[in-house]
Amino acid sequence: MMIPFRALVRKDLQLFFVDRRALVISFAIPIAIGSFFGYVLGGAGDRPDQGKITVLTVDQDRSSISAEIVKRLSAERALDVKPSTPSDARAAVRKGSAAVAVIIPANFGQDAGRAFFGPQQKPEIGVLFDPSHSAERAMVSGVLAGDVMQAVSKEMFNGQTGRDMVNDSLAQVEQSQDLPAQDKKSLEDLLRSVDRWNQQGDRSAAGGVSRGISMPYTTRDEAVTARQNTKYNGYAHAFAGMVVQFVLFLGIDVGIGLLQQRQRGLWKRFRAAPLSRGVLLGSRATSAAILAFLVVQVNFLFARLVFGVRVEGSMLGFLGVSAAFALMTAGFGMLVATIGKTPEATRGLSIFATLIVVMLGGAWIPMFLFPQWLQKFTLVTPTRWAMDGLEAMTWRGLGLEAALAPIAVLLLFALAFGGLAVARFRWEAEG
Amino acid sequence: MLQVDALKKSYGDLVAVNGVSLEAGAGEIIGLLGPNGAGKTTTVSMTAGLLRPDSGSVRIEGRTLSGDTDPNKRRIGLVPQDLALFDELTAQANLELFAALYDLDGPAAQRAIGEALELVGLADRAQERVKNYSGGMKRRLNLAAALLHDPQILLLDEPTVGVDPQSRNAIFDNLEVLKQRGKTLVYTTHYMEEAERLCDRVVIIDHGEVVANDTLQGLYRLLPVTNLLAVELERGQDGLRLDELQALPGVRSAKIEAGTLRVGVQDLATETPRLLQWLVEHGHPYRHVVSERADLETVFLTLTGRSLRDS
Repeated sequence: MMIPFRALVRKDLQLFFVDRRALVISFAIPIAIGSFFGYVLGGAGDRPDQGKITVLTVDQDRSSISAEIVKRLSAERALDVKPSTPSDARAAVRKGSAAVAVIIPANFGQDAGRAFFGPQQKPEIGVLFDPSHSAERAMVSGVLAGDVMQAVSKEMFNGQTGRDMVNDSLAQVEQSQDLPAQDKKSLEDLLRSVDRWNQQGDRSAAGGVSRGISMPYTTRDEAVTARQNTKYNGYAHAFAGMVVQFVLFLGIDVGIGLLQQRQRGLWKRFRAAPLSRGVLLGSRATSAAILAFLVVQVNFLFARLVFGVRVEGSMLGFLGVSAAFALMTAGFGMLVATIGKTPEATRGLSIFATLIVVMLGGAWIPMFLFPQWLQKFTLVTPTRWAMDGLEAMTWRGLGLEAALAPIAVLLLFALAFGGLAVARFRWEAEG
Repeated sequence: MLQVDALKKSYGDLVAVNGVSLEAGAGEIIGLLGPNGAGKTTTVSMTAGLLRPDSGSVRIEGRTLSGDTDPNKRRIGLVPQDLALFDELTAQANLELFAALYDLDGPAAQRAIGEALELVGLADRAQERVKNYSGGMKRRLNLAAALLHDPQILLLDEPTVGVDPQSRNAIFDNLEVLKQRGKTLVYTTHYMEEAERLCDRVVIIDHGEVVANDTLQGLYRLLPVTNLLAVELERGQDGLRLDELQALPGVRSAKIEAGTLRVGVQDLATETPRLLQWLVEHGHPYRHVVSERADLETVFLTLTGRSLRDS
C-alpha cells in the first residue's frame, strides 16, 4: 500500500513544481505583497521616515515665539514638519498629502504673552486636519500644547519680548484703578519678581542656560516583547498574513485539482486500482500538507534573509504551528473538493470564503484595529489562530507554550475539515 | 473469464442500467454498442468496480468483485473515455504513477512501461510531456496506462473518441495484438464500424437494457433483409411505382433514399438480373448499381426503431 501512496504524493509534488502558476501564487506573490505590506507597516524598524506624521506649519506671526514653536515641533521625532502657506496647507490636507497643518496667526506671540499673565483674550492656533487622520490630529495637538507652553514661557521669562511684556503689564497694573488693592499688590509683586528673574537670566544666559516652563517629566519607551532588544518587525506580521492567505489559496488549488482529476477521468483510473479511499484521499491530503508546510518555510526564509524576520521565540513552536496550519490547509483543500460539482463553481465560492476568513484572521489589518467584539468573534476562524501562532513565535518571541493553543486549535480544524470532507466526498460520481 | 449478471443502477427515477448481463471469454472482444446515454459507461463503471450496482454482480473467473480494495481489480485494466493523463508530466512519469497504483515499482515497473510503450508505438517519446502529444498519441498512451499491470480483462470505454483515422487504426492494431495474447476485451462504442471491425460479439444496449447480444452474423440474421441493391436511376424517380417493385418475387423492401433506389432482396444472384430487367422494361434505365451488405446501423434501426446516429 505504500508504493501507491508514495507515488500519488510524489505525483502531486511533481505537478506543483512544474506548474508555474502555482509557484508564482505560492512564492512570488506572497513575497511581493508581504514585502510591500511589511514596508508600509513600519518595516524592520529602521526606516528613517517610519511612522512619521506629515505636519505643515504656517508661521504668519514670524515672532521669536512662533519660530520657537516651529523649531520645537520640528524636533519631534514622530513628526515630519514642513513650512507652508495657508492656501497650500489647506490644499495639502484636503488632498491627504498632509495629516495636519498648524497655522500660527499674526501677533500670536504678543497675544499669547499677554494672555500668559493676564486675563486677555487667548489667541487661536489654527489646526487643519484630515478627518481620516483624527488620531494624528490628537497627537499633534498634544505635542503642540507642550511646545507652545514651553516656547511662550521661555520668552516670557527670558526673552526681550517677555521683558517688554512684563514691563507693560506692570505699568498697566500700577495704573489700574479697578483692581482690588490686595490683588493689585500681588500682581505687582509677581511681575517685579519676573522682571528680576529676567535680569538674572541675562547674566546666566552667557553661560548658555535658557529657561522657561518645561515639561516636568520625560518618557522612556520600551517595546515589550518576550526578549530584550527584540524589535517589532512589520515584515513578520505582513509575511505571516500573506503566508496564511496564499497557503489557503494553495488549499483551494488542491481541492480544485481533485475535482479536475475527476472531470478528466483520472479519478476513474485511480479508483479502478485496488486502493482504499484512505490511500486516495490521504495521499492527496499528505501532499497538500507537505506543500503548505514548504510554502510557509520558504516564505519565512525569504523574510529572514531579506528583512531580518527571525523566529525570536521557540523554533519548535514555529515548526509546530506551521505543520498544524499545513494540516489544516490540507483538510480545507479536501473540503473544497466537496463543495461544488465543477471546478468552476467551486473556485469562486472557495476564494470568497477564504478571503473572508483571511481578513477576519487579521492577515490584512492588524487585529488591534478590530472592535473588541470582532476580535473575540475571530477566534472561531483558523486563520486567527495561525496568525497568533506565527506572530507569537516570530517577533513576539514567545516560548513553546504560547504555540500549544494555536497548534491544538489548528489540528482540531484539520480534523473537522478532513472529517467533513470524507463524509461529503462523492466517491461514485462519474464525471 | 468475465461474467456480468443482471446489473442494475438507478439515479433517482432515472434507470441508467436495467439488468445488463454479458459474458466474455479469453481472447474475445465484446462490443458494447449503443447511442450516447444508453448506459454503456455506467455498465463499464460497475464492471470496473467504480460504481456499486443497485443489484446484480460482476464475476471474474467465478469470483465476485466487491469493495474498493478487491484484489480482483488487478485483473482488470480500464481505459476511460476521457484522456486520463497528467498533461504536465512526461509519458514516463505518468506510467510510473499508474504502475505504482498496482504496486509496481522499480525494474518491474520499468519493464512493464517499456513493453506498454513499445506496444502503442510511443517508446521513443517517453520523456516528452504529454501536453506536447497529438490527440492520437494521447489516446494510445491512455491505452498503455491500462496495460501496465498486465490485466487479463481490458475495459475500453470509447477509446478512439476524437482521434484521426491513422491513430484509430493503430489502436485497433494494438487491440488485435492484445486479443491474440488471449486478453478479454470489452469495447464500448457508438461507432458501428468499430464494432463490426473489432468485435467477435456485440451487445447492443439502448435505454439501459440489452437489446441484442450475439455474433455479427447472428445479429444480421435478425434482419428481414441482409442484401441491399442501391440503384442510381438515369431519369430519377419520377413515375417509379415502388408498390409494384415490392410485389416482385424475392424483393423484400424498396425505398428511395437521397435520390437512390434501395431494394432489399432475398438472394442477390437470382434477384438482381430480374430487378434490373423490370426497371428497364418499365422505363427506368439505371446508371449504376451497387450491392450493399446490411450493417449494425440497420440492425439497431430494426431492433429499436431508431437510427444509432440519431439517438
